Amino acid sequence: MQKIGVFVCWCGSNIAATVDVKKVAEVLKAEPGVVISENYQYMCSENGQALIRNAIKEHGLTGVVVCSCSPRMHEATFRKTCESAGLNPYMVEIANIREQCSWIHKDIEEATEKAIILGRSAIAKLKLNAPLTSGESAVVKRALVIGGGIAGIQSALDIAEAGFEVDIVEQSPTIGGNMAKLDKTFPTLDCAACILTPKMVDCAQNEKIDIMTFSEIESVKGFVGNFKVQIRRKARFVDEKKCTGCGECMQKCPSKKGLNDFNMGLNTRPAIYIPFAQAIPNVAIIDPEQCLKIKNGKCGLCAMKCNVNAIDYTQKDEIIEREYGAIVVATGYKPISLENFNEYGYSSYKDVVTSLELERLMNAAGPSDGHLVRPSDHKEPKVITFIQCVGSRDTSGCGKPYCSKICCMYTAKHAMLIREKYPDTEVHVFYIDVRTPGKNYDEFFRRAVEQYGVDYIKGMVGKVYEENGKLMVQGSDLINNEQVVIPSDLVVLAAAIEPNPSVRNIATMVTASIDTNNFLTEAHAKLRPVESPTAGIFLSGVCQGPKDIPETVSQASACAAKVIGLLAKDKLKCNACVSHSDEMLCTGCSVCANVCPYGAITYVDKEFRLGGGKTEVRRVATVNDAVCQGCGACTVACPSGAMDLKGFSNKQIMAEVDAICKR
Amino acid sequence: MEKNEIVRLVKERSGTDARKCMKCGKCSGRCPAYHDMDIKPHQFVSYIEKGEIDKLMQSKSLYTCLSCFACVERCPRGVAPANVIEAVRQEVIRQQGGNKIMAETVPSMIDETIPQQLLVSMFRKLNK
Amino acid sequence: MQEINKEKKPLIVAFCCNWCSYAGADLAGSSRLSYPADVKIIRVPCSCRVNPMFILKAFQRGADGVIICGCHPGDCHYTTGNYYARRRMSLLFSMLDYLGIERERTRVEWVSAAEGAKFSKVMNEFASKINELGENKRLEDLRCKN
Repeated sequence: MQKIGVFVCWCGSNIAATVDVKKVAEVLKAEPGVVISENYQYMCSENGQALIRNAIKEHGLTGVVVCSCSPRMHEATFRKTCESAGLNPYMVEIANIREQCSWIHKDIEEATEKAIILGRSAIAKLKLNAPLTSGESAVVKRALVIGGGIAGIQSALDIAEAGFEVDIVEQSPTIGGNMAKLDKTFPTLDCAACILTPKMVDCAQNEKIDIMTFSEIESVKGFVGNFKVQIRRKARFVDEKKCTGCGECMQKCPSKKGLNDFNMGLNTRPAIYIPFAQAIPNVAIIDPEQCLKIKNGKCGLCAMKCNVNAIDYTQKDEIIEREYGAIVVATGYKPISLENFNEYGYSSYKDVVTSLELERLMNAAGPSDGHLVRPSDHKEPKVITFIQCVGSRDTSGCGKPYCSKICCMYTAKHAMLIREKYPDTEVHVFYIDVRTPGKNYDEFFRRAVEQYGVDYIKGMVGKVYEENGKLMVQGSDLINNEQVVIPSDLVVLAAAIEPNPSVRNIATMVTASIDTNNFLTEAHAKLRPVESPTAGIFLSGVCQGPKDIPETVSQASACAAKVIGLLAKDKLKCNACVSHSDEMLCTGCSVCANVCPYGAITYVDKEFRLGGGKTEVRRVATVNDAVCQGCGACTVACPSGAMDLKGFSNKQIMAEVDAICKR
Repeated sequence: MEKNEIVRLVKERSGTDARKCMKCGKCSGRCPAYHDMDIKPHQFVSYIEKGEIDKLMQSKSLYTCLSCFACVERCPRGVAPANVIEAVRQEVIRQQGGNKIMAETVPSMIDETIPQQLLVSMFRKLNK
Repeated sequence: MQEINKEKKPLIVAFCCNWCSYAGADLAGSSRLSYPADVKIIRVPCSCRVNPMFILKAFQRGADGVIICGCHPGDCHYTTGNYYARRRMSLLFSMLDYLGIERERTRVEWVSAAEGAKFSKVMNEFASKINELGENKRLEDLRCKN
């Protein structure tokens, strides 16, 4: 006979205000099998937990039902409580009478009745619970970082620092990401390259870090501690080990008309190129779309010029497979495409540029060697107009509903740098709101206005059109309540940022959840901000939400700390709620193996005694407890009903249905 | 009719939620008839939210709005200032005479006294 | 023996997957977005854990409506579970329809962990639909009544 203890929590007044907790405890006490039924103000408090522990010892309870908040909140807490009192942690069931009862119902009678039914249902399920033990699995002591921007670099360096091996997989030919393209960084105006490139070099020189650039994730299998990842190393047509990065080939290449991605397409580069001077790895790459030799077999100048025979026109993509204990997603962002914002004339006028393009125009290593000129005629602009919130905070469907967070600050930075370097330039900024929370951020923005005389105009721009060689920016000045037209030489759009498009695919592969804006979802918005709900997947940088460099770096380090915490363990406890097959019922039909998303089910030939000394060999399913994640797809697919899920068995759920439907 | 009721009706007919406006001024920034308006498109949105319907009903902007819908097209929040203007315009017309305008009666009403804008926007509405 | 309840309130069983919909229901709760108390939620790891048997059982025991909530397509915590659920349920629901259980009494809905408002809206809609349809008698096991 089971001895069940019921514990009804008041949650202060959260539950007690709408549910008659005493009545619930009283009614549930009458349920068969229940030997004790208590109510207490805060079950999750130390005293509340002591109450449960004492009851387990005193009454020799075989199972515990806690009527409290959501199991997503405190199931783990109460399981630990019971475990410490010697009860199997899986002999605990939670009836959710807060989120799903007291908080949504106002009528006390109605809520109390529902709470009783939910309690009964939990008791009914508990009666069929069996003690479960979770298996253990080993942890591969190696981490994968997807993305080689500042987020990925920082996470990798911190993980390597703790002594674990890390691989960085980056889709472009060099690490560095967007930060490598920036000119200066707010609010201190350090040069981005000066603070980033040493970190890139640290990565390259660190023995624990293996950098795989121009590579993509092909597939991810496995689970926390044991991921198997296939990585596609795309053909760069240059042997990475041989190339010394001397750059001779770039000089000789006759096909020089490729758009320079690193400079945001503002100038051209040869078909064989090194993305930028401080690229890591400092190795050339051939663009096969542009290379004459690869396209039509005529040329080969670079191969002739190369002293170390690094060039290989026949190189093919290579797929390598590695094992990892943890995966860090640091895929970063890109500015949105501006095709929905024709009113700003981005596609019509050369002198309407995005802020990231302006970064290149102002960068000493950029297409104009740091001399700010407009792209159309290479003249110095005298009037520059910035437009904020281009595609940010847009719920009309053209842009993104969120605030991109970094634009207010970088626009203030741009305006300030321009006024500093070219004091005779007029700078206007159209804004909706200026948002500058952060250490020394508002001071920085005010400096742009007060010290550098940047003209901030509250209001949005309606359209940009050309007249007499000037870009006419027509917008609202809401403070003066007038429509203004500013004849400008250069217009800079603060385009919204969006997660790198590859993140969707990666999220699917690692089964991390993703929100409607393609930002990865954290396990808890406040308390677990660097972990994905999927165990073993960690989030670093803008892939989780818009953030600037200081925030990205702190998140990347936080993420590394979590990874180190995982990799430092030798064994991990597996999910105890896994599928298992009843070998006496299994017909070996393979249906379950086909629906299993984890490949956790395999088949073995097993000998069964038939009686009378006879035996029979049958093919039956077995589940790998370490791989099974407990989704239960197989249990429903199984035609003979041999598959069942521990902790959520057919009988248990049926019992819940019964209890709920009993009137 | 009571003032609050008119505001409610205008809001309902405009089919737009003025509270979604974040006061960026893009509607007025884009408006080609801006200089001929006494109350600007962005003010229409904030006035209707504040319930200041009298000012709006007397506004000259009702007849200078071209119904070009540029403000609707460009609004980043999906607010439709032109719809508010049109709803106020309709209210003025309804109060002047008869309370209903049928699609079939529109052709017979085309004369000098009806603002062209009203017809344009009504055709748009009735087309749907 | 208990008398058959005269003023029978509708009974709705909601199967919610642990990762999205159950969390969505929690969010509806923490945002205080009410829905009728007739809705009782059963937590399952994934919408694909919902065996058609559970639904038949619920109807047999007098449920008036059954709703299955899972993660949005593509967002399943287990990658593909909700696709299985969708296919199984569309088959089951048309069979139930054939048996005379109105199509409106069964529903599959995708609710993410962030959609507390949607959860409450769906439950309100579904409950009012079930109220409209009235008591479900088709599969009710007469033995349960006394």
